[in-house]
Formats: sequence, C-alpha cells, structure tokens
Amino acid sequence: MRNQFAETVTNLAQENPDIVLLSGDIGNRLFNGYKEIAPKRFYNCGIAEANMITMAAGLAHSGMRPIAYTITPFITTRCLEQIKVDVCYHNLPVVIVGTGSGLSYAELGATHHSCEDIAIMRSLPNMNVVCAADRIEVRLALQEAVKMDSPVYIRIGKKNEPDLHHNDPVFEIGKGIVLNEGEDVCLLATGNMVSCALETAKLLNQSELTAQVVSIHTVKPLDKDLLSNYFSKYKLIATIEEHNHIGGFGSAVAEYYVDSFLSVGGSSNSAKIMRFSTPDEYISHVSSQEQARQKYNLTPEYIAGKLAKTLLNL
Amino acid sequence: MIDISLLEQKSREIRGKLVEVSNLRHVPHLGSCLSCVDILVSLYWSILKIDPLDPYSKGSDSFILSKGHGAPALFTTLAYKGFYSVELLNDFGEEGNPFAEHPAPNCVPGVEIATGSLGHGLSFALGKALAAKIKDEPQNFFVLLGDGEINEGSVWEAAMFAPANHLDNVTAIVDFNKWQATGRSCDVMSLQSIAEKWKAFGWDTYEVDGHNMHELCEVFKKSTKSPGKPKVIIADTIKAKGVSFMEDDNNWHYRIPTAEEVLKAKQELGLITS
Repeated sequence: MRNQFAETVTNLAQENPDIVLLSGDIGNRLFNGYKEIAPKRFYNCGIAEANMITMAAGLAHSGMRPIAYTITPFITTRCLEQIKVDVCYHNLPVVIVGTGSGLSYAELGATHHSCEDIAIMRSLPNMNVVCAADRIEVRLALQEAVKMDSPVYIRIGKKNEPDLHHNDPVFEIGKGIVLNEGEDVCLLATGNMVSCALETAKLLNQSELTAQVVSIHTVKPLDKDLLSNYFSKYKLIATIEEHNHIGGFGSAVAEYYVDSFLSVGGSSNSAKIMRFSTPDEYISHVSSQEQARQKYNLTPEYIAGKLAKTLLNL
Repeated sequence: MIDISLLEQKSREIRGKLVEVSNLRHVPHLGSCLSCVDILVSLYWSILKIDPLDPYSKGSDSFILSKGHGAPALFTTLAYKGFYSVELLNDFGEEGNPFAEHPAPNCVPGVEIATGSLGHGLSFALGKALAAKIKDEPQNFFVLLGDGEINEGSVWEAAMFAPANHLDNVTAIVDFNKWQATGRSCDVMSLQSIAEKWKAFGWDTYEVDGHNMHELCEVFKKSTKSPGKPKVIIADTIKAKGVSFMEDDNNWHYRIPTAEEVLKAKQELGLITS
C-alpha cells in the first residue's frame, strides 16, 4: 500500500499543480519520483508532526491541496490538537495519510501500533475517515480524497498486502463495496481486515454457509443506506477491524444500529451484531502482525468458527 | 512618512477602549492585550498591506495572532483601523456578537484563523508562506506570539523548519512581556537569552522596545527587506502597558477593572480630563 501511495500521489501531483506532499521524515527514496516531477511541492517536515499538520492547514487555507504522510501514531495521536484545531475546526481540505496502521508494524512494538486512531479521528467534526483494504483502494481513496472540501484521514497498511479487487470498483467515499454475495451472515470489514473477511467467507462456505462480504472503507461518514438495509436483512452481522474494541468501526456500526432504532424504518433492525477487534490493551511482547492477529482471534479460522456456532443458536 | 504621534494617539485610544470593554463585558486578559497594542498599531498603520474593506484581496499581507488570548487587542485595533465599527465592540461576547475571548475562524473581516490553543499560529503562517512561495506570490506573513506561548514545543518545530526552507516572507514577533498566566516567563521555563535562542535556530533576529512606535516601525521596515531568512522581532514589552496601576502586575492577566478604574485609566491615557 505504501508503494501505491507513492505512485498515486506522484500521478496526482503531475495532474494537479495544487497538490503538496508533506512527509514526516519517512519514505527514504519512496518519493524520488514525486520529487522529480514536483520538487517545489515536496517538503520533508522532519520529525515534527505538530508543525507538519498545522502547516498543512495553512497550505490548504491558501488554496493548496496538502497531503501529509507519516507513520500512523505520529500523524494522528501525536498531533491530535493540531488536527482538531487547525484542520478540522477550520474545515480545511487536508489529506492525512497514516501508514503502518493497526498492527501492520506489530514487530516494531506498541509505540508503533495504532489501534485507537479510527476512534479518535472519527470523533472530530468535519473529518472523514477512510481505511484502505488493498492498494487499489489506496489509489481510489486518494483520488477521491483530494476532491473533497473537508479533511480526510486515510489509514493504510504497509506493503505486499494481497489485491482484493480485480478490477477498479466504483469507489465513493461513504459507500461500501460488496465483494461477495451471501445470505446467512454479513461480514462488514474495514481496511486491512477485508482480506480476512474474504477468507472467513471461504471457510464458512465449506460449512455450507454463505457470507456477504463488504469493504466498508469509509468509517465516517458511514454508509447508512447499506447498514439500514442490512440491519433487517441479515440475522447476523460481523464487524471486523484491526483496531481497539472501543470506538472503532464496530463501535460506529453499533452506534448507528442503536441510533437508527427509533427512527423511521429502524424499528425493524433485527440483526445480531458481533464485533471482532483488538482488546483494550497494549502488546508489549515482540510479535509479527500474524502472531498478533492470532493472539487476538483476528483470524479467518476463529471468526468463521465463532460465526458458524453463533448462527446455530440464532 | 509615518506620523508617529498619530500612531501613539491610536494606541492610547485602543488601550482606553480595551479597558472600557473589559469592564463593560467582563473580558479578561487585559494585561496580555495592553502589552501588544503598540505592536499591533505599528503593524496595521505602517507595514501591513491589508485593505480594511477588502482584507483578503490578492497580494494582501497576512497577520495571525498566535497568542489568541490577545484577541480583544486585535479586535479593537481592527475596529479603529476601519475593518468594522468601533461600536460593535460594546456588545463583546454577547450572543450573536462576533467577538469571543478567543477568535473563531472568520469571526470578523481581517480575522480568518482561530487561535487560542497556543503554539499554532507560527506553523499556520509557515503553511501559508509555503503556498505563496510555491505560487510565486510576493506576500508577507506576520505572526504575533506571546513569551509564555513559546513554551509550546510546536513553536520550536516551526522555528527549525522556517530557516531550513528559507521562508523569508515570514516575520514572527514575540511579545516579551515577561509574564505568563501564573508566573514570570523566565522562571517557569528557561526563556533567558530569548534572542540568542532564535538566532541559533537560524532566524534573522531583531530586538526592539515594544512600546516605542518609532523603533517598531523602523524594525518592521528593515525586517521585510532582508532576503533568505525568516525574521523574528523580540519586542521588549511591559504587561498591561499604559495604565500605571496595572503595569507589570500579573493579576491583570484575569482581573476585570471596576468602573472607577476605567475612569482612572482613561485619565492616564489622556482620553478624558479629570
């Protein structure tokens, strides 16, 4: 996803003279191509994320389209005040891209994990939150984000994630993408857990269960039409994310389930919702992303088993 | 030629109005406001290319009040400069009135940026200054910081970025009034050798008496002409300058003057005769 980000941002900068890329001293050589085509519109802002984000706000205020990029914890929680006041309060079209999201950098230790960014970013007024599932979604999300008139946070992984889309899907911020049709259970996944959802669907298939799989790349604004429909259509809905149980994608879906219950049409909400996410703790021991997912039951095997069992009792 | 005595008179009028509105509408931060009035007047009357009736026209300079709690001073200065009517200040903080203790985005003509959370204004100006460089626009950006405000680490992130990127279209002014909310700014944090600090970071650094209108106008003129480096002006000021019984008394960070004190202040400022 990182390489795709570099390629797409380079192409965007070539087309659009207002694009400015700000990097927090990462991506050594990653942006060489960009620097060749737009040397005056690339700034290595150093290890100084607060200044980087506020400068991005200043650039956007002067009509540019800044894209700020560094490792997720440092471009979200590290400079939260700057994102809140300078970017969101002024409702400026800054695109914030966090790389190595969730447990992508599991082996780097908990300082580099980000399992609270969705919760925090989506609580900011004016902010849009997009989690890309593969490199195709990275490209499409970025292309859409630079057209927005408000801030967008894009959460991406690292590299070599599998391609999940074989052709370019219709990509609209705030609209889910159906990847698999099924009737027994609905898997709503976001970001780098969409691949896990697809694998889960395959396992369920072996038990003669069919699963609808949707990439909900946009956690804010939620695809309310899709959700309203699914809340009554499916008996069981699972949300899957590489993010803390508190406040993330699953929380957003659950909130909407509750909030829509008393509104028109919401009284038919009948689905049971199960949330698959990371627990409310730091991982202080060294592990790979795969090991971390195993530990937290974020595997197709665990999720498929759990869902199959739950379906039996519904 | 700039008429220094006219600017000094403006400063006195603005100080008088600030004290009056503070009493009338219970607006705090009087000390922080009074210390930067001369800086604001010298900027708006002698340096900034900003048309009060069309403040954002192409090529206009830009001013950001990074010490957002000094907003009443900026609001009052803009009123006296003709951005809007002085009478508007009499309803300061009332429901529907654009003035608040800290400015909201676009609250009045001439104030685009919300400040109040300290340590943001300089970086914001750097972003705008970068945009001007990219677009090759000959605009200048001025930012007023408090000496307490520069406790914030983000200020020093910006202080390192600007010289590295040759942002010579930026002038920062530090209102060095020696106080922050609860103590002497040099005791709370190590602010000694404040000019040397900025110099060491690579800024073209000037020191000036922040209440001497002539010196202020001269230093701004000089500072906008030196290419290659961002500029910083350390303005040596006195908190609550202009009203003898408030000067250098940090109680006036939050205290509201009584009607009697307003009268006394106005007499001292020569705005009414006793």
